[in-house]
Amino acid sequence: MTEVFVVGTDMIRFGRFPHRTVANLGGEAALLALDDAGLTIKDMQALYCGNNILANRMVGQQVLREIGQTGIPVVNCANACATGATAFREGWMAIKSGVYDLVLCVGVEQMGKGLLGSGEVETGISPEGILGSMTTPSVFAHVGMEHSRRYGTTFEQFAKVSVKNHHHSSFNPKAMYQVETPLEEVMNAEMISYPNTKLMCSVNVDGSAAAVLASEKMAKKLGLMSRAVRVRASALTSDPFTDRNLTTPDFNAVTRLAAGVAYEMAGLGPDDIDLVELHDCFATAEIVHYENLGLCADGEGGRMIDSGETALGGRIPVNVSGGLLSKGHPLGATGIANIYELTTHLRGEAGQRQVEGARIGMSHVVGLGTACAVHVLEKA
Amino acid sequence: MTTETGSADLKPMTPFIKHHADGRPYLSGSKCGACGEVYVGERSTCARCAARGVMETVELSTKGKLYNFTVVHRSFPGVVTPFVSAIVELEGGGSLKGNLIDVEPDPKTLKFDMPVDVVFADAGKADRQGGRYLTYFFKPQNAQVRA
Repeated sequence: MTEVFVVGTDMIRFGRFPHRTVANLGGEAALLALDDAGLTIKDMQALYCGNNILANRMVGQQVLREIGQTGIPVVNCANACATGATAFREGWMAIKSGVYDLVLCVGVEQMGKGLLGSGEVETGISPEGILGSMTTPSVFAHVGMEHSRRYGTTFEQFAKVSVKNHHHSSFNPKAMYQVETPLEEVMNAEMISYPNTKLMCSVNVDGSAAAVLASEKMAKKLGLMSRAVRVRASALTSDPFTDRNLTTPDFNAVTRLAAGVAYEMAGLGPDDIDLVELHDCFATAEIVHYENLGLCADGEGGRMIDSGETALGGRIPVNVSGGLLSKGHPLGATGIANIYELTTHLRGEAGQRQVEGARIGMSHVVGLGTACAVHVLEKA
Repeated sequence: MTTETGSADLKPMTPFIKHHADGRPYLSGSKCGACGEVYVGERSTCARCAARGVMETVELSTKGKLYNFTVVHRSFPGVVTPFVSAIVELEGGGSLKGNLIDVEPDPKTLKFDMPVDVVFADAGKADRQGGRYLTYFFKPQNAQVRA
């Protein structure tokens, strides 16, 4: 089977664009990625489009109406917060299988502000505040509290994740925010669901990101290898049965399963990874995923944030983009924005936030419900 | 607010709240005859081992331990906060999410594994047609002692 390469990728600066359409936002990222590859939509053989909120609206076709209706097949993907990564993986599979040599993957989302979801119900009464809480800050607060239960992880340690990722995004011009948030500010922000304060919740923003994938033959033929990045592994899992999984989603098992598949496919281990973009939808999530992705031993997640090992310049920098916490989290775009971030570092083009000498990067997303995608990229 | 009598007039908040012939509410569950896994609610196939046709309907315990909690300070519009969202593991199997009541909504006073009872009560809200609901809550087992 052919190797698969990212030959073009880009994202728009995440923000709030209430007067634009999803198609227009997606189209902008698509054109940016095509420009990055020096190709046009006429060169693309298929489009894989990730959008979660308008999953039944044929967003991929709408994107083509913005940038060129060439009649290529479009696959619209929805997989909660793993939506963008799932679209990217569909594109990867199409090239890997030899069906196509050049495909476009786009992830786009337009979000409202505030809490995701609502307490509105069609019939009966909302269970929120009666049968516990189903808000996303609460779901991920439970994730953090389970880690506290096991290892004594503290509110302050979780808060430090937010301090780090906000610091990182101060070097990322495409992040929603470039604002430092000192520890006291994070811990004293409005408590949403303990231990997640408002500054420990990802930012709901609008955004889009795109990637052009090519087979090895095509990348070489087009002379695109000098800035190409190899996809060493692509793993997607659903939640395996675990204790309490039907009551409270288990993001650990689904991530461990995906990470194991990805490491095996790549023929690599955690020590080979130079940087990680992982799913910090809430500050509590980042610490558990240090362990789930094997970046440290079980129980060492709290120590990892205390020691600065996951900060830019540390042993294994995590979320140098600013992460979902500060770069922002437009659900369908996030998985492909991660690919953009890794590729930018592997190309040595990340400017002030560059992870020096980066050769291998890992991206990780989880979608509530539950899905996990892990990709490993390598400088070609 | 806790009442176990007259609850038959209330609609169950979830399908797994059932009533005995004498009107007492209980939590209905399933136990897999192949692997022994216990589920909240009735089902025919095992999510754990995928066995079919060997699921037995069981009554779940109303005693359990606090596995996990968070104190919710901001929720959807109209939801009264703060409240404690709890995950409880029931004796004999099954786990439930629900509100932990009769406690201070303060993480410092809540203890992992503290014993709790499942109690049944009016959910405290009516639907658009004025219908009222029977729900379950968790209460510390020493609640009366504390008061």
